[in-house]
Amino acid sequence: MIRVILPPHLRTLAQVRGDVELEVENPVTQRSVLDALEVRYPMLRGTIRDHVTQQRRPFLRFFACEEDLSHEPPDAPLPDAVASGTEPLIILGAIAGG
Amino acid sequence: MSKVRVLAGTRKGAFILTSDGKREKWDVSGPHFSGWEIFHVKGSPADPNRLYASQCSGWFGQVIQRSNDGGQTWAPVGNKFAYDGVPGTHQWYDGTPHPWEFKRVWHLEPSLTDPETIYAGVEDAALFHSTDGGQNWQELSGLRGHGSGPKWQPGAGGMCLHTIILDPSDPQRIFIAISAAGAFRTDDAGKTWRPINQGLRSAQIPDPTAEVGHCVHHIAMHPSRPRVLFMQKHWDVMRSDDAGNSWKEVSGNLPTDFGFVIDVHAHEPETIYVVPIKSDGEHFPPDAKLRVFRSRTGGNEWEALTKGLPQKDCYVNVLRDAMAIDSLDKCGVYFGTTGGQVYASADAGDSWAPIVRDLPAVLSVEVQTLP
Repeated sequence: MIRVILPPHLRTLAQVRGDVELEVENPVTQRSVLDALEVRYPMLRGTIRDHVTQQRRPFLRFFACEEDLSHEPPDAPLPDAVASGTEPLIILGAIAGG
Repeated sequence: MSKVRVLAGTRKGAFILTSDGKREKWDVSGPHFSGWEIFHVKGSPADPNRLYASQCSGWFGQVIQRSNDGGQTWAPVGNKFAYDGVPGTHQWYDGTPHPWEFKRVWHLEPSLTDPETIYAGVEDAALFHSTDGGQNWQELSGLRGHGSGPKWQPGAGGMCLHTIILDPSDPQRIFIAISAAGAFRTDDAGKTWRPINQGLRSAQIPDPTAEVGHCVHHIAMHPSRPRVLFMQKHWDVMRSDDAGNSWKEVSGNLPTDFGFVIDVHAHEPETIYVVPIKSDGEHFPPDAKLRVFRSRTGGNEWEALTKGLPQKDCYVNVLRDAMAIDSLDKCGVYFGTTGGQVYASADAGDSWAPIVRDLPAVLSVEVQTLP
């Protein structure tokens, strides 16, 4: 089971509390995890990656295992600890005032 | 007894303000979608409990919310606004070509007859519509394809399509306005469009009387007279008596003719309201006095309405979609400020009182008159 931590506003939008757990077939990549996330929670489509370009929205980053994976190719395998569910994939919003 | 429901979009959520027909005591619910920018909330004329809201965020983009119970509960619907074909370019601030990029929905305009049909005015400027309650959106690309698109340019707030007016006498006719391109009209339900800016004069552009390039801030129409349009332009208050084919200035004795909002009395088609703002560089009221100006003559002759409004040390702005008018008798007039106040008048503007004082900056105000 893959674990994903959403930013608070997206948890509210998806009406979830805490981590999201997803079944994702191998290979476990950013794309496959986000695809599974958007199937389970269609209201998140377009909020993490652009509908048309599928690019990560600019004020969001992807972290896991204390690494910034934001600039990894979307089809690159995620760390084994994420694929095994030991560590979560963290989707993080930029810190900003206002 | 009739009720009114005011729908306020703010920088940090939506608020729903309800009252009976006396409009003296108000219940405030919200924030809905706390922390998100709510550019606009509007109800369907065909089903007043069907509401639509434009929810957006610099982090997470655009979400459209829909309610079937007057705003008690909401559910997200479709948020894919994909331009039709190759989007092409418009002018950037410096005049260089810049690709069309979807940013947000500024205005939602439900059909006059069908709760499932709704129009969305977006930035970068385009008109979309949905016929399935907001689940799926298609661009009415004849507007961008009209041919003048490469000359359109953003105003300081972005290149937004902010005004959509559906003609109640002709379902084929729609008016829209874009900052800073101008006003456009379709007479075939959105397939083809023509600019309707003849008579506008904008000293800020190279050709002050150009066909497109004018920074129209808002347009209003009384449903009983759909050929008569009133416009608050960047500078100048204008009117058209021929469905936008030509315009003439009616700023008259206003203390300044810069401003954003304009609206029409519910029962007097020649009575109109504006809120003058000092200048484009000083987005606050002249003399620090918040005044609504009313003309009972369709423009030119204006009276200041001040009772109940702050008349000193006031430096708020009133944004283009932040005025609305109910259809009770006497009609109620409402507007919201960037200081977070929503003011209401239950006597067509003669006197005012705040419904709420301390919301986040108000982006839009709509009102529904309910049985």
